[in-house]
Amino acid sequence: MMRERHLNMIILALLVLVPAYALWADEPFTITLATRAVIFALAGVGLNLALGQGGLVSFGHAAYFGMGGYAMGILASHAQSYTPIMESPFLIEGTNSMPVIWLVAIITSALLALLIGALSLRTSGVYFIMVTLAFGQMFYYFTISWPAYGGEDGLSIYVRNQFPGLNTLDPIQFYGICFVILCLVLFLVNRLNKSPFGLALMGAHQNEERAVTVGINVNRLRLVAFVISGAITGLAGALFADLNRFVSPTMFSWQISGEIMIFIILGGVARLFGPVVGAALFILLEHVLGGLSEYWFVYLGAILLFVVLFAKGGIIGQLSKKESGHEG
Amino acid sequence: MSLLKLDQVTAAYGASQALFGVDLAVGEGEVVALMGRNGMGKSTTIKVICRLLKNPKGVVTFDGQDITGLPAHRAARLGIGLVPEGRRCFTTLSVYENLYASARSGAWDFDKVHRLFPRLKERGDQSAGSLSGGEQQMLAIGRALMTNPRLLILDEATEGLAPVVRQEIWTAINTLKASGDLSILVVDKTLRELRQIADSVVILERGVSVWHGAMADLSGDVRDQYLGV
Repeated sequence: MMRERHLNMIILALLVLVPAYALWADEPFTITLATRAVIFALAGVGLNLALGQGGLVSFGHAAYFGMGGYAMGILASHAQSYTPIMESPFLIEGTNSMPVIWLVAIITSALLALLIGALSLRTSGVYFIMVTLAFGQMFYYFTISWPAYGGEDGLSIYVRNQFPGLNTLDPIQFYGICFVILCLVLFLVNRLNKSPFGLALMGAHQNEERAVTVGINVNRLRLVAFVISGAITGLAGALFADLNRFVSPTMFSWQISGEIMIFIILGGVARLFGPVVGAALFILLEHVLGGLSEYWFVYLGAILLFVVLFAKGGIIGQLSKKESGHEG
Repeated sequence: MSLLKLDQVTAAYGASQALFGVDLAVGEGEVVALMGRNGMGKSTTIKVICRLLKNPKGVVTFDGQDITGLPAHRAARLGIGLVPEGRRCFTTLSVYENLYASARSGAWDFDKVHRLFPRLKERGDQSAGSLSGGEQQMLAIGRALMTNPRLLILDEATEGLAPVVRQEIWTAINTLKASGDLSILVVDKTLRELRQIADSVVILERGVSVWHGAMADLSGDVRDQYLGV
C-alpha cells in the first residue's frame, strides 16, 4: 500500500508518458483516446465535488456538459458562417477563440447550475436524484427540437477553435491544453477541499445538524459547491465538443450523466484523483472490450458491481492508504 | 440582563408534545445547570435554544434578540456554541480540520484551544473518528469554542467517560468558567461535579421547569423529589 499522494503522482506521470510514447510511436489515435480520458476526467472532477465531497448525488450533470458543448458549438458555428448571434440591442458575434469559449462555457453552466441547484437542493435523497435527472432530460429534448442549431443532427464545426500560439489541430498540442486544464482544476479543487469551505462541505455531508450548530449555512454551502461543480463539468463539455468538432443533443443525455458518475465510482468517491483513474479505465475498457464485442457494457457492468460490492473507495481506495481523515 | 432567556416555551415532535412550559435564564458569565431525570425534556430544551427544532412556541431571546424565527446557523453565529450529546465530531475530518472548519474570528483560536486541551495539538493530523471518547469530547468542546460563542452549551459532556477523563473535562470547564467571559449552560445528571461549577440550577420534570434557584439552595428534599432514581 502506498500513500495516496504518491499514487496521484504516478497517475499524473502516466498521463504524460502515455501520450509521449504515442507521439514517439506515431499513434495519433492513442493521443485522441488519452484526450478523451482527460476531458472525461475533468467532467468527473466537477461532479465529484458535488457527489463525493458534498454528498449531492446529481444524476443530471450532462446538463452542464451539454451546456459547455453548445456554448462552443453556437459560438464557433457563428464564427464559421460569419453571422452574428444577435444584433439588437447589442451585437454579439461568434468566436473561435478557445479561452473566450471556455469562459462562456463556465459562466453559462455555472448560471444553469445555480438555477437547477436552487430548485433541486430543496429536495434530498432519491427526489434530488430524480429532479436533477429531469432537468438534464429537459435540455436533451429541448436541443432535439431546436432546429436553429441542428436539432437532432447536432452541429459540426469544421476547424478546431484557436488557442494563441498553439496549433490545436495537432493532437498532442490539443492534448497538452486539456491536460494542463485538468491539472489546474485538480490543484484548485484540492485547495478548495482543504479550505474551511471544503471541510464544512464534507462535515455537512456527514451530518447536517452538527454543521449548522457551528454556524455553517448548509444550504448556501451546497449551492455554491453545486455551482462550482457544474462550471467545471461545463468546461469539460466545451473541450469535448472541440475534440470531436461536433456537438449534438447526446451530450445532454442521461447516459452521459451516468457515465460521469461511473468514473467517480470506479476511481473512488471523494478521492481527488478518483474520476481521473475512473475515466482512464473507462476509455481503456471501451477501447479494448469494445473491440471484442459491441455489448462491452455487460463487462463494464460486472466490473462496476465488483467495485461497488468489494472494493470500498474504488481503485484509489484499493491501491493507497488514507492520508488524512478527510480524504477517506 | 440575561444573555439567554426562555419564557414559557413549549415544543413538540410532530404530534407528541415534549415541552409544556419551560422558563430558563442564563446571565452573562453565569453557569447554569439544567437538570432532570431521563426523558424530562433537557435535550429538547437544548434543541429549542439551538433552533434545531421547528416551530416551538413561547419566546426565546438571546442578547435581547428574539431568536425563535432564526435558522439554526444564524443562532450559532449570534454566539450559541453547542457541544452536542454523544461527542459528535466530524469523524471523517482530522482534528485540525474539525477546528479549522468551525473557526470564526475572536478570542478563541488554535493556540487558546490547544492550551486548554494540549492533547488536541498532539493529535492534530489524526482523524477524529480514531480518537478516544475523552479526546472526542475535548474536540467537540474545542470546536464549539472555535466558533467564539458567548454561551457554551454542554449536553451530557462527561456521560460514559472514564472517571479520570471526566475529571480532566470538568477541570477544563472550570478553567472556562474562571476566565469569566463565557456563559455556560450545562446539562448533566451528576450533582457531585455540577455542584463545584454551577451558580444556579433549573430542574425539568415532564417538560416543565419545576424548580430554579441557586445551587446552594438545592435541598435534599428537592433532590429526592426531582432527581432521585
